[in-house]
Amino acid sequence: MNKIVKSIKEAILLSNLKDGMTISFHHHLRNGDYVLNMVMDEIAAMGIKDLTVNASSLFDAHMPLAGHIKNGVVTTVQTDYIAAGLGREFSEGIMKNPVQFRTHGGRPADISTGKTPIDVAFIAAPAADPMGNCSGKYGKSACGSMGYAFADAMFAKKTVVITDNLVEYPLQDYSISEDYIDYVAVVDAIGDPKGIVSGTTKITRDPVGLVMAANAAKVIEASGLLKDGFSFQTGAGGASLAAAKFLKDIMLQKGICGSFGLGGITGYMVDMLKAGCFKNLLDVQCFDLDAVESIKNDPRHMEISSMQYASPASRSAVVNSLDVVILGATEIDTDFNVNVHTDSNGYIMGGSGGHSDTAAGAKLSMIIAPMMRARLPIVTDRVTCVSTPGKDIDVLVTQGGIAVNPKNAELRQRLKDAKLPIIDIEELKAKTEKITGTPRKIPKGDKVVAEVICRGGGVLDRIYNVK
Amino acid sequence: MEILKNAFAGTMESSDAYVEIMPGDGNIEIQLESVVKEQFGKEIEEAIKDVLEENEVKSANIRVVDRGALECVIRARVETAILRGKGNE
Repeated sequence: MNKIVKSIKEAILLSNLKDGMTISFHHHLRNGDYVLNMVMDEIAAMGIKDLTVNASSLFDAHMPLAGHIKNGVVTTVQTDYIAAGLGREFSEGIMKNPVQFRTHGGRPADISTGKTPIDVAFIAAPAADPMGNCSGKYGKSACGSMGYAFADAMFAKKTVVITDNLVEYPLQDYSISEDYIDYVAVVDAIGDPKGIVSGTTKITRDPVGLVMAANAAKVIEASGLLKDGFSFQTGAGGASLAAAKFLKDIMLQKGICGSFGLGGITGYMVDMLKAGCFKNLLDVQCFDLDAVESIKNDPRHMEISSMQYASPASRSAVVNSLDVVILGATEIDTDFNVNVHTDSNGYIMGGSGGHSDTAAGAKLSMIIAPMMRARLPIVTDRVTCVSTPGKDIDVLVTQGGIAVNPKNAELRQRLKDAKLPIIDIEELKAKTEKITGTPRKIPKGDKVVAEVICRGGGVLDRIYNVK
Repeated sequence: MEILKNAFAGTMESSDAYVEIMPGDGNIEIQLESVVKEQFGKEIEEAIKDVLEENEVKSANIRVVDRGALECVIRARVETAILRGKGNE
């Protein structure tokens, strides 16, 4: 049996891709990815039209997609995240059908239950053998975990592996196995290593960020959850990483050994593993070189699929065993609803990713954000877009005080007892507006450009065009 | 106060403002670019006019590129540009 094809074009032909079908991509190569553009260019040249693209995330490296939308090659987009450059195009209304935003858990749930079936999945693989066993850990384009690609490979009608590193059969320590793979295409490069992983992500040196981070660590310490067996996820933002550093100091000082660190993994989480703060890391995506090295070499650092990470359709998901998650926000309203999809002018510049999944699952969901960014207050009456509902958020940490969601009276009392600077969220809003002034509301457009689909199904909010 | 020469103050950093002032031809011309124009455009223009008035500037072309500065920052940058433009520095 031969699965090796001469070109991406041959794989597309053999897969029987036709007008109106759905193709899928995963985003572990992040802003360094070449695969989505290579495949889309071939498809456009073959004259196939009216496709649905289901991509776990879209980056500005994927700007050519805007052209394929304008030409009618792509008419529907399903994704969990869109970076600011491409987001602006969608916000300006380049596509007739609204973008369908899901979460990193909702996407594989809808793939696995058949709500969003995939006809052909394209798997960018930093290493693969001729039968399609593949891994993200090895090769010049190594990205570490391939967690988001599992559902695509397992449930698509046809699956194409695209690699720039064909190795002898069998590839040892593969992530996705040959039984799911139809074709293997070999190309010169699947991505630009500089865009795939960042160097070491730096923690913030901004004094405001450090105050927030120190408070975030103190909130975790006071929450009652920080004890042996503790589990934790944090983002890759500067203040979130600084919070992880402060937390590490507290854990080492008190001799606390946690159970697992979860998420998109950075070098900081790897440092915590090495220092004995956690017994394991569960990794759906690596953010930097240290994380890639660690998942390759340290058996305690384990790859998980997005289904195991966060899917509400799975028999269980790791997010439901999570104690604490630290998350970001572009806006949060007085009902604790959080926006991570748009900026304050309404332009798409992100997406939920795992935000809503971890917020729903974790025992303590913390938002860390400055009181204002470029004169715009973080706390508003009503967020421009609800990405994560306020019922799933426990606490907001800013440099101007810590606001606890009234639904969590126990946490409020604990933080009060620990003499942390708690503030009512309405008061925090007033305090911020005293410094910034009260911003005028941006008028909404009249066309829906995206729908935010709740991880459990149903539309959570709609994003309108920007005039 | 009379603006005798071109002067500037501030930076293009986020949360700051960059202000340029030039001698005018008898009236005040304000050109404003701002990342928060929708939300705070009117307030920023008022603040600029206010500082010009306080310093008795009656003729000037002033260009402000606002990167989300607080009002106190905008006022300070405009005032500095005026003082630099009057010719003693």
